[in-house]
Amino acid sequence: MADADNAAAGTGQGETGRQRALRLAAVAVLLGTFAAVNVLIFQKEGGHSLRAGGELVWKPLGATVTWEGIGIVVAAGLTLALYSFLYADNAFFKAAEHLYVGVGLGYSLVLAWFQYIKAELYVPLVKYWVRESWLGEQVPGRPDWKLIVPMILGLFLLARFVRRLEWMSRWAFAFIIGLGAGMSIPLFIDAQVLRQVEQTIAAVRFDALLVALNTLVLLVGVISVLIYFYFSIEHRGAVGLVSKIGIWFLMISFGASFGYTVMGRMALLVGRVQWLIQDWLRIPIQG
Amino acid sequence: MLKRTVPVAIAFVVGLWFVIQYFVPAGWSQQSLTDATNWAKILLGFAYILGLYSLVHVHWLRIRRRQPGYGYSLLVYLGLGVTVALGMVGEVEKAWNLLAGGSASFADFQTYGGPNWTSGVDWIYTYVLYPASATMFSILAFFIASAAYRTFRARTLEAALLLVAAAIVMFGRVPLSAAIDQAIPQFADWIMAYPNMAVKRAILIGVTLGMVATSLRIIFGIERAYLGGD
Repeated sequence: MADADNAAAGTGQGETGRQRALRLAAVAVLLGTFAAVNVLIFQKEGGHSLRAGGELVWKPLGATVTWEGIGIVVAAGLTLALYSFLYADNAFFKAAEHLYVGVGLGYSLVLAWFQYIKAELYVPLVKYWVRESWLGEQVPGRPDWKLIVPMILGLFLLARFVRRLEWMSRWAFAFIIGLGAGMSIPLFIDAQVLRQVEQTIAAVRFDALLVALNTLVLLVGVISVLIYFYFSIEHRGAVGLVSKIGIWFLMISFGASFGYTVMGRMALLVGRVQWLIQDWLRIPIQG
Repeated sequence: MLKRTVPVAIAFVVGLWFVIQYFVPAGWSQQSLTDATNWAKILLGFAYILGLYSLVHVHWLRIRRRQPGYGYSLLVYLGLGVTVALGMVGEVEKAWNLLAGGSASFADFQTYGGPNWTSGVDWIYTYVLYPASATMFSILAFFIASAAYRTFRARTLEAALLLVAAAIVMFGRVPLSAAIDQAIPQFADWIMAYPNMAVKRAILIGVTLGMVATSLRIIFGIERAYLGGD
C-alpha cells in the first residue's frame, strides 16, 4: 500500500534499485527527446524569431531564441506533460498540474488586485490618504468615504486568521450572504421563473405546423419534467403517465448535454493537437 | 450577541433592503445597488487573501512534514511567486518611487509585448495558463468517451433515448454528418433547441424556486449554516 502511495505520488520511495534506474532512464530519455526536438525546430526555423513580437534574448547553436520561442517550448512541454496522464499518473503530469495550480491562483490574485482592490478601494479612497496625509500632495477629486464600510468588513474577513477574533469575519460573510440572498430573490424570480414561463406558454400558431410542434414540445417538456420532480403527490395514473414522459425528456436532454460536452472537449483536444503540430513542430496543415 | 445576533441582523437588513430595492426605481435606490455591488467586489478581493492563505498553508504543511511528493508543492510556490511577481512588479515600482522618492525601474520585466504592466503576466497567460487549462479540459474528452463506452447500454427505453440523443448530437457536430445529409446536423440542433431546452427550463424553474426559498430562510435567520459552528 505504501509503495502504491509512493508510486502514485511520483516519489519513487519503496522502489528496487532496478526500478529506480529504469524510471530515471525513462525520464532522461523523454526529457532528452523533448530537448532534441526543440533544438532541431529552432535550428531548422532559425528559431521562433520569425514570428511577430518578442525580443532577442539568446543565440545558442546558431538559432535565435526569443521570449515567444521559449513560451512555445514551455507550452508544448506543459501540454505533453499533462497528456502523459492518459498513459498513467506520473511525475511529469504532477509537476505540470502543481505548476498550473500555482499559476492559476497567482493570476487570480493579480486580477483581484487590479480589478477589485485597486479599482474599487485604492483609487477612490486609500489613494487620498496615502498622497494627501502621508506625502502632503494635492490630489484632484474627493475620496469616497462610504468605502470605509467594505474596507472594515474586508479587514474583518481577515480576522479569521486570529482565533480570538474569528467571529468578526461572520459580519462580512453575513453582508455578502444577505446581499446575495436579497438581490437574487426578485432578479431570479423575474429572469428564471417568470420569463421562462412566459416563453413556455407562448401561443401555438397552427398556421405554421413546425412552429406549433416546437412550441408544444417545449410546453409538454417543461410541464412533464416539473411534474416528475414534484414529489408531494404519488406518481400514479395520469400523473404517473406525465411523469414518465418527463423521464423521457430528461433522458433525451441528458444524452444531448453529454454529446454536446464531449464534442466541446473534442474541439479543445483538436485545438491542442493542431497547436502542437503547427505552432510547435512547425508542420503546416493543409485545408 | 456579537457572534450570532449581529450577523443574523446584518443578513436580515441587507437582504430585506435589496428585495425592496428592486421595486424602488429612484436614483438613490439604484445607487445603493451599485454601491453594494462594488462593496461585494472589494470583499471578494479580500476573500482571495483567505484562499491564498489556505493553499499556501496546505502546501507548506506538506513540505514541512516531508510528505511523499512534497517537491511538487514547491512548484505551486514557484508558479504562484513568479506570476504574482510579474503581475505586481509595476505596482511595486510605483509604490517604491512614490513612498521612497526613488527612481527605480523594472521595465526589463515588463517589455514583452509592449510597455504594459500586464506584459509578464500576458506571457504567463499565453504560454502557461491557457495551454494548461485547454489541455486539462481536453483530457476529459478521453475519460468521458471511455466512461460512455463502458456504461452506455440500451437495455431500457430510457437508456436507449439517452444513447440515441447523445449519438445524434455528437454525430451532428462533425462535418461528415452534413456531408451525408444536411438534415442530421439540423436534427441535432433541434434536439438542443427544443427537448433539451424544455428540460433545462424546467430544471431552472425548480432550482430557482429552491434558491428563493433558501434566500428567504437566510434573510429571516432560519438558515444559519454560513455562520459556522459555536
